[in-house]
Amino acid sequence: MSVDEHLQGTAGSPRGVAQEHRSLDTGSKTAERFVALAFFISFVATIGLGVTFWVGGQAQLEGAFLFVALIGIGAGIVSWGKYLVPHGPFVQEREELRSSDEDRAAFYASLERGSKQLGRRKFLGRMLGLSLGAFGIIQLFPFLRSLGPVPGKALFVTHWKKDSQVVKVDGTAVLASDLEVGGAMTVFPRGFEGNALDQVILIRPATTEIVTRPGRETWGPQGYLAFSKVCTHAGCPVGLYQELTEQLLCPCHQSLFDVLTGATPVFGPAPRPLPQLPLKIDSSGNLLAQNGFDQPIGPGFWER
Amino acid sequence: MMTQKVTDWVDERLGIAKGGRSSLNKIFPDHWSFMLGEIALYSFIVLLFTGTFLTLFFVPSSHLITYHGPYKPLDGQKVSEAFASTLRLSFSVRAGLVMRQMHHWAANVFIAAIVVHVCRIFFTGSFRKPRELNWIIGTLLLILAIVNGFIGYSLPDDLISGTGIRIAFSIVESVPLVGSYLAFFLFGGNFPGNSIIPRFYTIHVLLVPALIVALLAAHLGIMYHQKHTQYPGPKRTNRNVVGTVLWPGYALEAGGFFFITAGVLAALGGLVQINPIWLYGPYIPYKVSYAVQPDWYMGWLDGALRLMPSWEIVAFGHMIPNVFFPAVLLPGITFTALALWPFIERKITKDDRVHNICERPRDNSWRTSLGVGILAFYVVLFFASSTDVLANTFQTSLNFVLWFFRIALIVLPPASAYVTYLITKETQKNTAAGQRKVAMIISRDETGNYSTVDAEPAEDDIHPAQSPVPVPEEAAYLHHNGLVVGSEEQELVTVGDSNGSFTRSLESELPPQRSGGSGVFRVPRSLPGSQGGFFGGGPRRRGRGQRHGDQK
Ligand code: HEM
Ligand code: FES
Repeated sequence: MSVDEHLQGTAGSPRGVAQEHRSLDTGSKTAERFVALAFFISFVATIGLGVTFWVGGQAQLEGAFLFVALIGIGAGIVSWGKYLVPHGPFVQEREELRSSDEDRAAFYASLERGSKQLGRRKFLGRMLGLSLGAFGIIQLFPFLRSLGPVPGKALFVTHWKKDSQVVKVDGTAVLASDLEVGGAMTVFPRGFEGNALDQVILIRPATTEIVTRPGRETWGPQGYLAFSKVCTHAGCPVGLYQELTEQLLCPCHQSLFDVLTGATPVFGPAPRPLPQLPLKIDSSGNLLAQNGFDQPIGPGFWER
Repeated sequence: MMTQKVTDWVDERLGIAKGGRSSLNKIFPDHWSFMLGEIALYSFIVLLFTGTFLTLFFVPSSHLITYHGPYKPLDGQKVSEAFASTLRLSFSVRAGLVMRQMHHWAANVFIAAIVVHVCRIFFTGSFRKPRELNWIIGTLLLILAIVNGFIGYSLPDDLISGTGIRIAFSIVESVPLVGSYLAFFLFGGNFPGNSIIPRFYTIHVLLVPALIVALLAAHLGIMYHQKHTQYPGPKRTNRNVVGTVLWPGYALEAGGFFFITAGVLAALGGLVQINPIWLYGPYIPYKVSYAVQPDWYMGWLDGALRLMPSWEIVAFGHMIPNVFFPAVLLPGITFTALALWPFIERKITKDDRVHNICERPRDNSWRTSLGVGILAFYVVLFFASSTDVLANTFQTSLNFVLWFFRIALIVLPPASAYVTYLITKETQKNTAAGQRKVAMIISRDETGNYSTVDAEPAEDDIHPAQSPVPVPEEAAYLHHNGLVVGSEEQELVTVGDSNGSFTRSLESELPPQRSGGSGVFRVPRSLPGSQGGFFGGGPRRRGRGQRHGDQK
């Protein structure tokens, strides 16, 4: 009765009597040394890690020491499992997952018995359904309704109103003389500086070849144009004004809007022009809004 | 012995030995592709460890404060507490940066491992009966992992992730009928509000991880109960499992592999910078950042958003927004189809048999081709998420890049499916493909003809031909109960020694001179039968599994 080779560590792998002498011992010795060394290196690295923490920490060193410490343990354990314990291959029968017909029959019988006992009282069942259902629906209030207000008109309006003063983010008024020809800046209605939804890009194109859409003849005094800066695609700020091509670029999905034709989309996924804000200039040179936007700003939504 | 005292103590109270004995002897098939799921699991454990560390310092609030800290370029700026605390984690907390970056890397590796794992399940047909339930659970895990990755990425409130949150709002808003309500409930009002960071935080550290832990437990429990699939090979049938035994071989290998995964993640976290939010700056809604790219697992959605034509449907006074199609409909179809795939395939093949043997991808041409085609679709979408970077790098127009990807999205999937089909057909003919290589001796005779013969196996080449045996303890037990498994007949014997104590062992393990001696006698044939619970089942008599498929 020979030594069963499945029950040996695979290192060395005895195959016949002839190999027996070179196998077991030398092979497992090498593996054993490797495992011991791996654990030891890990130990040293952990000391290094401790010292690094002690003296104040340094990200790269910590990473390197952590790496060596963990890999040392890991390589040691894995090699132990691979080379120093019996490795089969072993075989095992699978049990059938399906229950026997007997078990199934008994199971169904028990299930039926219980269901019948309950089913006799249909009315109680319905009442239970009623109370549970009602309870569940009422829970929608704390778990849904308390979470936020309903949208109402919120998506249709901004804080831009008739005569809103155009200001910079720091609150200073924008004067008609502020922008050089060819320049652009981000502006807000007074009182809502920095607001995500009220942001408007004010542009003074370096050309007069502006295609004004019907009804908007007075919206751009002294060559000033103002558009909502919220992309009509997915709402990113359309912030990159390319003076040369007179286009606005949205950095998120590269929609391009042509400023001279009323910020109409000419490239990319944006489906609608950026809404234009009607401007006027008062007697002291302040920029004001003639009115709010004539349509909802930003991305689409069901009720729009 | 001490250990025995402890196990006996526990067994008196919990009866662990009943199921435990077969659990320790459980066989796990060996194959590198089975490590993919393990990488996912271990990355998740690393996420739990590092994430818990992060919670000790992270402040989930969008309340604005003035930053004063070691990172001078941002000194004096108004930033949210979330952003400031992430800076503090990165610069002032000892080991904070490593933990943060490890967490982020672990998230990326976690999801990557899941995706590759799903591919291996798909292409080898391992989702077939009886494993459909675990396939569905796996799909849910993938969705949850992606969702939690996105939400975690959003927590630091930097310029790039804030822009991502803005897009997320628009996507939620685009759901027909209830979209704007959903968005308002999630954000506590119109964008941006002050609620989203704290809410995301609760979802990120509590809700989704708890769901993942629960589903993972179910996933592993079912896998354990049903046992792994195995690849076809000598002595492997649909009704057995060939591999390493759980205790100690597999336990060591799997346990050790956790440390290796964690080690690699630590190296990435310490040495490879990820998400340097101080370079991006805090989220300011009217500021834009160039080359906005999400983490890799959101790439396909970003690409879809970019490639979508600028359509928007307005009908009956309602609007179906543009982003609905790429960002709601596409993922909806994707994950529904993915989850239902086992049932779709079964509708087509009408195959109701139990499959415990993996299919080699080449052996199922149509599934493999279809899978590659669909994968190609998502790969194109993924690369389309960098249209701007590509246009810049190759100095071409955005227009060209966009149309290139739109066309590729339609052309590449069928083309790669077709090529895959040809490759599978070709490799099917080559029966040796995928087999272990054997050495050959080529010789030339006097007439100049060459001939080859298989060489003798190399001395330490023990692998392919070795026939598997039952685990020794189990073998002894089975044999004793007349349930003979394995090729060799072995006797279970009890040996009494000179001190009067007895040990039981296989005959083959006895020192030869003692077997047959006077101190040896048979153990009575009345050991109780095995009665494993959910985790065990223990060895059973052969020949009961009539309903298994694949059985030749
Ligand atoms: C499915 C598992 C998870 C994934 C995919 C994931 C992913 C992420 C990602 C990508 C980040 C951004 C990191 C950055 O660059 O700053 C993050 C942040 C964070 N995660 Fe997780 N995470 C997971 C689980 C957890 C768990 C279980 C916890 C806590 C117990 C946690 C706590 C945190 C905290 C506190 C932050 C914010 C801190 C910071 O960003 O500096 N995460 N997560
Ligand atoms: S958000 Fe502007 S292009 Fe998508």
